[in-house]
Amino acid sequence: MQQSPIVEIENVSFGYEAARPVLREVTLAIPRGAVVGIMGQSGCGKTTLLRIIMAAYQPSAGSARVLGEATSRLDREGLYRMRRKMGMLFQFGALFTDMSVYDNVAFPLHEHTTLPEELMHDLVMLKLQAVGLRGAAHLMPAELSGGMARRVALARSIALDPQLILYDEPFTGLDPISFGVIVRLIRELNDSLGATSIIVTHDVQEALGVVDYVYFMAAGRVIAQGTPEDIRASGEPFVRQFVNGMREGPVPFHYPAPEYGADLELTGS
Amino acid sequence: MNRSTIDLWVGVFVVAGIAGLLFLALKVGNLASFSTNETYQVQARFANIGGLKVRAPIKSAGVVVGRVADIRFDNEIYEAIVLMNLDYSYQFPRDTTAKILTSGILGEQYIGLEAGGDGVMLKQGDRLRLTQSAVVLENLISQFLFNKAAESKEPAK
Amino acid sequence: MQFAQWREHARGRLERLGSGVTSQVWRIGFASRFLAYLVMHSGTALRRFRLTIAEIYFAGVLSLIIILVSGLFVGMVLALQGYETLQRFGASESLGVLVALSLVRELGPVVAGLLFASRAGSAITAEIGLMKATEQISAMEMMAVDPIARVVAPRFWGGVLSMPLLAALFSAMGIFGGYLVGVQLIGVDAGAFWSQMQAAVDLRNDIMNGVIKSVVFGVAVTWISVFEGYDAVPTAEGVSRATTRTVVTSSLAILALDFVLTALMFTGGKQ
Repeated sequence: MQQSPIVEIENVSFGYEAARPVLREVTLAIPRGAVVGIMGQSGCGKTTLLRIIMAAYQPSAGSARVLGEATSRLDREGLYRMRRKMGMLFQFGALFTDMSVYDNVAFPLHEHTTLPEELMHDLVMLKLQAVGLRGAAHLMPAELSGGMARRVALARSIALDPQLILYDEPFTGLDPISFGVIVRLIRELNDSLGATSIIVTHDVQEALGVVDYVYFMAAGRVIAQGTPEDIRASGEPFVRQFVNGMREGPVPFHYPAPEYGADLELTGS
Repeated sequence: MNRSTIDLWVGVFVVAGIAGLLFLALKVGNLASFSTNETYQVQARFANIGGLKVRAPIKSAGVVVGRVADIRFDNEIYEAIVLMNLDYSYQFPRDTTAKILTSGILGEQYIGLEAGGDGVMLKQGDRLRLTQSAVVLENLISQFLFNKAAESKEPAK
Repeated sequence: MQFAQWREHARGRLERLGSGVTSQVWRIGFASRFLAYLVMHSGTALRRFRLTIAEIYFAGVLSLIIILVSGLFVGMVLALQGYETLQRFGASESLGVLVALSLVRELGPVVAGLLFASRAGSAITAEIGLMKATEQISAMEMMAVDPIARVVAPRFWGGVLSMPLLAALFSAMGIFGGYLVGVQLIGVDAGAFWSQMQAAVDLRNDIMNGVIKSVVFGVAVTWISVFEGYDAVPTAEGVSRATTRTVVTSSLAILALDFVLTALMFTGGKQ
């Protein structure tokens, strides 16, 4: 069953300020049911791309279609309708600090459904069980470790069984165990929900182990794409430097600076 | 801090706030006298109202029986017209006198009503025919000086 | 050359001044649109009144102690200072009038407003600013929940509803403090204290106007607090600067509005 891609980005350009474009004519498509990674260095535009998909910003050129609708043509109502079918995991979880873990996960249910309390309770417990934190339901976010907070946020983002799940740097600052847990959860939840996942990250090795397809970005453009095997075998210099963590390559080690000797004032005086 | 405790404290707060407002209104202000009593309006003309202000009290025998509602100037007869709201429970005869008096020596001015003897009472819209204007200090002084000058001429007769 | 340099320097300064003024004006416009949007989307805050009640607790109830204690002390000081001066004119029995009118007309709304801005206003700004900095606001937007309706509006209405009550309690405590010092401590006649006060304080002119003032101040302070929080730069430094701005701007707004309202209410008018 070949359906249209769940996200279609065509020739999208965007900049927070007109003078400095962050995205330059980016084209990519996210097939349904896949786990797709968008990777690149910090500042290459991948988080901005995520925000375009989320429709937090409109592209200044090109079109972005998410779940079949062009994001630029949506009004506030349409936008909220679309977002109810999406889930997003923010970089550090972004849990509501004045509510307990249970209330955080129940938040989307409270706001968007009129289910009776017992049914909501069961649903919340189901989601917490899926991420392994059912026993922590009564804790406050301040009492959670980073990894646990991330998992609760994950449970919250799948509370309404979304069709598209977005991950903004989900592995940042996690210990190896939590890391492995999150990586496996992303895959399991994607498959069990029949959803599509987009992961923005720069943790190459782990991401390559879980994604079906990768887009590589640098300086606001897509410079490479392919399956994990393609990427590992790629001869493209930037990809090689990135994947193998090499010090020298297309991305120089030294930030542009004047002549070293001149800086140390070694010229004849 | 669970919900019912918050509700309780908010309830206490709101009740205390309203109690504070009531305290101010009743014990501190003059709500006890005059605010929603039924009134009827009468008017009176004065040659000079002095320092009379709107909302000044109208007293009879020293008791507040009403408030000045409005002060206007009649451009044809060149006199001041004062509209007065009197408490419904106080009836005054048609020939009542209205005087502009001062409380104390230099206090605020108010209207004093002295009841006449007519059998018919004032009703809404009536006009008090007998009025006495406010005392103007300059006139008083010039009158005093004039009297003094007249007195010093007398012995010559 | 000296003059040309100076001229460039001066021009640069003027340009920055001009753009500073325009950006302030722009900001006020933005803040006004923000208020209009906030009021129009207050449905959630009113339908789910629980949210607003929680905010009345955080803004009002938690400010009670500072308001009551300050009110008491202000009233006591008024009585002490006032007695000194009144006694010289043999008017010490008017002490009640002095204390009551000062509090009900001016000090109640103004000082309560300033205290409210410092305590509750800054807390609201910090809270909303931090939610913005930790991406909680974005998360809410992503979950298709309007953060202005869900987070900002309840705080706005909570503040607006709390302020008049706090001002009334401030004035009441102050009068009580004045009574304690005037009658109990100094020995002014209790009967004269209360009866002269009741004769002089008018329900409509004084008390009602004081309540109107406190409502206006409540709207101004809470509006500034929620706006500065929502507009804060999402970093630690940005939030701290936003809280400072809230307290400073609110205080200035209260004093300026107080002047305007006093001029409208207590002077001029009809003869």
